[in-house]
Amino acid sequence: MTADIEIRNVSKHFGTMTVLDDLSLSIKAREFIVFLGPSGCGKSTLLRMIAGLETVDSGEIAINNERIDHLPPGKRGIAMVFQSYALYPHMSVRDNMAFGLENIGMSREVIDARIGEAARILEMARLLERKPGQLSGGQRQRVAIGRAIVKEPKAFLFDEPLSNLDAALRTRTRIELAQLHQRLQSTMIFVTHDQVEAMTLADRIVVMNDRKIEQIGSPMEIYERPATKFVAGFVGAPAMNFVEATLDRSGRNATASFADGVSVQTEIASSQLADGKHTFGIRSEDVRVVAAGQGNADGVVDVLERLGERTLVYARLGDGQQIVGSDAGNSRVAVGHKVGLAFDGQKSHLFSETGRAWHAREA
Amino acid sequence: MADRLTMPQTAMPAASVRAPSVDIYAPQWRNFMFVAPFLFFFTTLLVVPLLWGMWLSFHKADTFSSGNFVGFGNYIRLFHDKVFLQSVWNTFYFVLLTVPALALIGLFLALCLNRRTRTAAVLRTLFFSSSVLSVTIVTLIWRIVFIPNVGLLSTIYGWFGATAPAFISDPSLAMIGIAIATVWWCIGLPMMLFLSALQQIPQDIYEAAALDNASRWQTLRSITLPSIKRTFILVVIVQIVLQFQLFGQAWLMTRGGPNNLTKPIVLYIYDTAFRRWDLGMGAAASEVLFILILIAAMAQYLVTRNNADRT
Repeated sequence: MTADIEIRNVSKHFGTMTVLDDLSLSIKAREFIVFLGPSGCGKSTLLRMIAGLETVDSGEIAINNERIDHLPPGKRGIAMVFQSYALYPHMSVRDNMAFGLENIGMSREVIDARIGEAARILEMARLLERKPGQLSGGQRQRVAIGRAIVKEPKAFLFDEPLSNLDAALRTRTRIELAQLHQRLQSTMIFVTHDQVEAMTLADRIVVMNDRKIEQIGSPMEIYERPATKFVAGFVGAPAMNFVEATLDRSGRNATASFADGVSVQTEIASSQLADGKHTFGIRSEDVRVVAAGQGNADGVVDVLERLGERTLVYARLGDGQQIVGSDAGNSRVAVGHKVGLAFDGQKSHLFSETGRAWHAREA
Repeated sequence: MADRLTMPQTAMPAASVRAPSVDIYAPQWRNFMFVAPFLFFFTTLLVVPLLWGMWLSFHKADTFSSGNFVGFGNYIRLFHDKVFLQSVWNTFYFVLLTVPALALIGLFLALCLNRRTRTAAVLRTLFFSSSVLSVTIVTLIWRIVFIPNVGLLSTIYGWFGATAPAFISDPSLAMIGIAIATVWWCIGLPMMLFLSALQQIPQDIYEAAALDNASRWQTLRSITLPSIKRTFILVVIVQIVLQFQLFGQAWLMTRGGPNNLTKPIVLYIYDTAFRRWDLGMGAAASEVLFILILIAAMAQYLVTRNNADRT
């Protein structure tokens, strides 16, 4: 079972504080959607409104063209996995999974069959008679997912479900969730502030900030063509380099000049750019570290981060601005060295004062 | 240089350079000083009187002398005394009337008042306020309520042309009257204990239950009650221990009457030891009460602990 979810002009206030402001979004059936944003951006509130755990102040939410925002949570045909798992502590794993099905009067045979199937998918048949207190964090997580699966819901909602797991288990569970989505072909909405989870799991990412949606797009669209400066800075590690720049728009493509005289020829059409201050943006992997004097600018290395497959070089330009560049994993650069930085104009971005982004023409 | 500094250390046997590590959890006698004041008063005011009471119960004693050793003589006399047997029955009856009422009404009030509204806060204070009153005030209030012809109850019944039940003088109602006053007086503590237990239940399991289509009744039965089981046991044990020691309300409201029907064990002990000056028999009755409370509390604890282990 799967579902289209339509969110139309939804707003939410807590007292005088507006948490979500006139937000609209269409989620297609079988899609894996991730709400990504910093703490307090309203992403969890939006998820809880879809679940029915928060009321909708204005606007409407529909599943398969049927309005559900007036229905109680249990009648919406959705299942949710909580950050804290929210397992019933005094019930066995089996009872935790059966509770929702018993409440709608499902027969014992069907309940047992569904629990058996979920236990098989999640490889937790041997845990069924245990209590949540006897399980590890990862096992509890599986039970919480199992409790959602047995309901055969129209859509799965995940509220930061991986944040209580350790790093290794988080990576493994992430992969398992991706496999689960492929297997169940269900609509899934996943809330996180972890961009790696968003990039690896999502068909589409909804980047949220300050009560509204900043951008909706595939992970690579979000990464390569961020709609705003916020998205450019929030997605990607290390964060995109931003440098204040003045533009020369006399040519077909704009040329950005930094305060210390460095200039970069971009591939961004001059005609679409307006007057006023702009910020030049470029990701670290698009800044190559070369010999001093060989790139667009020279800098002195402040810090090196050796990640194995590549080395991040934090270099300070003449005007004091720091730029993060990328070099080979076995880079011979050392702290204090003077290096050259070569910017890839094709991959550079410009941001207006309002935060709107421009990118190179699509190839 | 660095090599020369590190060489001798690595060459030496590890045991000779290692200072003995300190176990910060190792018992130390000076820590005893912290519990000594408590232990002193616990021993002198509780353990010694308990043992002294046991010793007294095997002797024929009055205020002027602690005379001969009489073995189980006091206990035999006690169990042949109809008034004592009546008082044991009265005490059990009273515990049976009050403890379930305190636990269930306390739970009901806590469930109703477990919300963050001003009204709930005011009502919580109001229900708890009776607990701070002394037994004298409580019995005075309830005597005014129960007093025949002019009491509050009589007045209200009078409006409807009915006669109020005689809670103080009717033999079948007197203990119920004392129980009502006691429940009113003691309800604050169970309510507060239940409230604190309810507030410790994580909100998200209620949200999970809402998504699991649980009705209010199913949520109460399957989520709330199992979550506060331990507090329920605590409330019942505490109340059993407290209510077995009924004295003030019975003494001040009915003096144990009519016809000894509201005389609890403690009042019997008081009468025997300090009005008839039969200290040995009074001590024997005290030991019986001690054993009864111990059995009741332990039985309750064991039964519920076994259940808790199984579920």
